[in-house]
Amino acid sequence: MTAGTTAVERNTEDDMLLPELVAHLRENRTDLRQEWATRITDAHLLSTMTNKEIFSEATSVYDNYVEVLETGSVEALQHYARDLSERIIPRGVETDEVVGIVLLLRDVLARSLFEKYQGDFPLLNRILDAYEPAANRIANTVAVSFVEERERVIRQQQDAIRELSTPVLQVRERLLILPIIGILDTQRAQQFTEQLLRGIRTHRAKVVVVDITGVPDIDETVANHLVQTVDASRLMGAGVIVTGLSAEIAQTLVTIGVDLSKITTVGDLQGGIEEAERVLGFKVIRSGDAEP
Amino acid sequence: MRNPELPSAPQPPLVSILRQGGYLIASIHTALDDTQLQRFQRDLIEQVGRYRARGIIIDVAALDVVDSYATHTLRTLAHVANLRGAVTVIVGINPEVAFTMVRLGMNLDPVHTALDLDEGLALLDSLATGRRDQPTDRSLLRHRPVL
Repeated sequence: MTAGTTAVERNTEDDMLLPELVAHLRENRTDLRQEWATRITDAHLLSTMTNKEIFSEATSVYDNYVEVLETGSVEALQHYARDLSERIIPRGVETDEVVGIVLLLRDVLARSLFEKYQGDFPLLNRILDAYEPAANRIANTVAVSFVEERERVIRQQQDAIRELSTPVLQVRERLLILPIIGILDTQRAQQFTEQLLRGIRTHRAKVVVVDITGVPDIDETVANHLVQTVDASRLMGAGVIVTGLSAEIAQTLVTIGVDLSKITTVGDLQGGIEEAERVLGFKVIRSGDAEP
Repeated sequence: MRNPELPSAPQPPLVSILRQGGYLIASIHTALDDTQLQRFQRDLIEQVGRYRARGIIIDVAALDVVDSYATHTLRTLAHVANLRGAVTVIVGINPEVAFTMVRLGMNLDPVHTALDLDEGLALLDSLATGRRDQPTDRSLLRHRPVL
């Protein structure tokens, strides 16, 4: 947007400035790129990457950078930045490092412009007028791409965790197990209910064993939610057995007076599965030769 | 939805009632208003007598919402049918509907429920033969004293 307005206001002589700038940066590509890579290493940025890697990425960024100055289009750079982020995020590169190296490049190039045009101050001024908005836009683009990529990764991981947090496992025909591990907050409890009721339908379950051995604590809201889930399962034709209530949780439930009389509870997961098998009419028999 | 002020007007089948052996299978195809619900109840109860049905299955799988009046009607229907010698099983309650009903305290407690039509028929069969070892063992699905 800024670049567009500037272009309209700029006179023909100024139009020649950017190409001249680009030509200068192309000419001195080797030196400037080396200078930049050195300064990255000196500043201890990208410490998780080797010098060789830094140099090769620096080359790509440099070329992209010059291209943006030349064409005014950040699309290719955006693409490259996203790609780069994808590669370096798993290696622990932080946002400040990425912003840092782009700003370093901006400074290195600005310094070289100073050096070249120091004799002609008004020209230098105009060159900088042309260079600065474009350079800032590039820094912006790279930083935003990096952050967006990071957010995408985080969202993906959140989805994965959410998916994993309440697995629905079928152990026998019409028998499901739902182990719950970790703190059961309101949001997870809702998700648990959803998974359980959906699971009943997809697996045509008759009995569901909910194992809460891995739940450290439970509050009244969540306990009542659990009771409601059991009732809802019954409406869908499935019975629920809750197993693995710790001594603390059992004590808490009795103290806060949650009515668990309608819920079948069994001490541990093994007992729960045995009870479920009994209800479903399964009988597990040890094969002859194996002695206990 | 029909205008509820015209209860006597002929209506397209919002509900179909089929006969299968000694059972009646009623499928509700769309949300019913209060008048339609009453009409449905009347029809079904009347058919229980006419066909000497021993069991009724009401399939509500097509419903996204079951309100308190519908719940009340279904319960009443089950009670009345029971007095006329038929057991009622409601099948096909959606996960969302099931949880909403429980949260709003709408209770189907004295009514049998099952996952779908197949399950409903199996439940009726097992109730008829009085087998207790079936998955339909009410101990799990109903009250079971702790300790």
